[in-house]
Amino acid sequence: MRGHPRSMKVLRPVDADEAVRLFSQHPLALPLAGGTDLMVSWNMGLLNDKTVLDLSEIRGWTGVKKTAAGLSVGSLATHAELRDHPEVRRSFPLLAQACAEVGSVQIQNRGTIGGNLANASPAGDTFPALAVYEARVRTVSKHGRRVLPILDLFAGVKKTVLAQNELIEAVDLPFLPSRPDRQVFRKVGTRAAQAISKAAAAGLLWLGKGGVVKELRFSLGSVAPTVRRAKTAEAFLAGRKPTRRAVEEAAELLAGDISPIDDFRSTAEYRLAVCRNILRSFLGAPPSGLP
Amino acid sequence: MKRRPAPHTTRLPRKGRLVITVNGKKRSYAGPAFKRLIDVLREDFGLTGTKEGCGEGECGACTVLLDGLPVASCIIPVSQVSGRKVETVESLANRSLSPLQRSFMEEAAAQCGICTPGILLTAWSWVKAGGSADRDAIRRHLSGNLCRCTGYQSIVDAVVKTIKKRGGR
Repeated sequence: MRGHPRSMKVLRPVDADEAVRLFSQHPLALPLAGGTDLMVSWNMGLLNDKTVLDLSEIRGWTGVKKTAAGLSVGSLATHAELRDHPEVRRSFPLLAQACAEVGSVQIQNRGTIGGNLANASPAGDTFPALAVYEARVRTVSKHGRRVLPILDLFAGVKKTVLAQNELIEAVDLPFLPSRPDRQVFRKVGTRAAQAISKAAAAGLLWLGKGGVVKELRFSLGSVAPTVRRAKTAEAFLAGRKPTRRAVEEAAELLAGDISPIDDFRSTAEYRLAVCRNILRSFLGAPPSGLP
Repeated sequence: MKRRPAPHTTRLPRKGRLVITVNGKKRSYAGPAFKRLIDVLREDFGLTGTKEGCGEGECGACTVLLDGLPVASCIIPVSQVSGRKVETVESLANRSLSPLQRSFMEEAAAQCGICTPGILLTAWSWVKAGGSADRDAIRRHLSGNLCRCTGYQSIVDAVVKTIKKRGGR
């Protein structure tokens, strides 16, 4: 079974108003940006006889804009643009790094941040970085505009809270209050390119007087239906010195923050162990083998 | 506000017709908008150098350059390239093979050949952008192009050789 081009209807709005109007008129239309996911399903013949709302000509949704508060990334910005953007690399390096490890050069050149978010894969590699940067997602629909904290966007595996006619316009990245003392992005997979992550992690750490943890933001992907912040581990370490014992306790607490599963890519046990080791090494403690 | 087409697209008056610059020549296409770029190149324009491998954007065999950047032509509907520039493997040789293609021959960087057009274009995007002869960097750039014959050594050798011939390092 293959995709049949003649069975498809393509709508090509050029601005947000037109996109919203067309989406209201065609509520079952499939939004299309870079196509790196949608076209795979289409090639398999799973999306024939559908209407496609191709958002790729909406100029207002492209590029990265700098504001006083941070960066506003258009939903059509590609992973390659974010990977190479000097301001993203300077202020949000974990996002640039995540984008450099998504798929391959070919995928980075086409896949968009908005498409990545709307797709809501549990293995979305940009999500842990966006989660520690506390990104906000701006959307538009016939009911108007709204802003969602990144963690509130996802409702489950490949599910978002977006209403049927709602589209992502941009992702806002607020500048960090100060430069973190340490940061990490790690993607763990079979192979760097093309392999879907077994686990992905992003972390920011600010230290206070005497080496006490002032703030820790630690986020994990591919180990729960949606991206997670390690809230209990973060809260436990805040105000403490990251001694070997404290880090061990925080690593134990990670189990309550995530819910990894066994699947064809990895096992729950391995995923939890690897997440704990990323936290350990991030906080300067030695890693540990499987129990 | 008056609607106008985005500057990077060419909207022709006749419905369903679009113009793409393929290998430096303007080509017009009047078929279904959702036909894949690879199929338009091969079936409508007769450019069969572009090969289909996996059909899901994983193997890189179908790589072409879109506005100079490597993309998988099997996962792009042709309507999205309206008004843009596409380069296929046919653009590399100008009566005789390009230096990159000659290096591939000299280093035996192809065996069955199905991945070769895609690898040549991804490699060319690296070489022409002034990419370094660093083997790891070349491997990273080429990591979305799978080859099941060569083991990649000879491919990397050929790219390094081309860069050095051009005076790069």
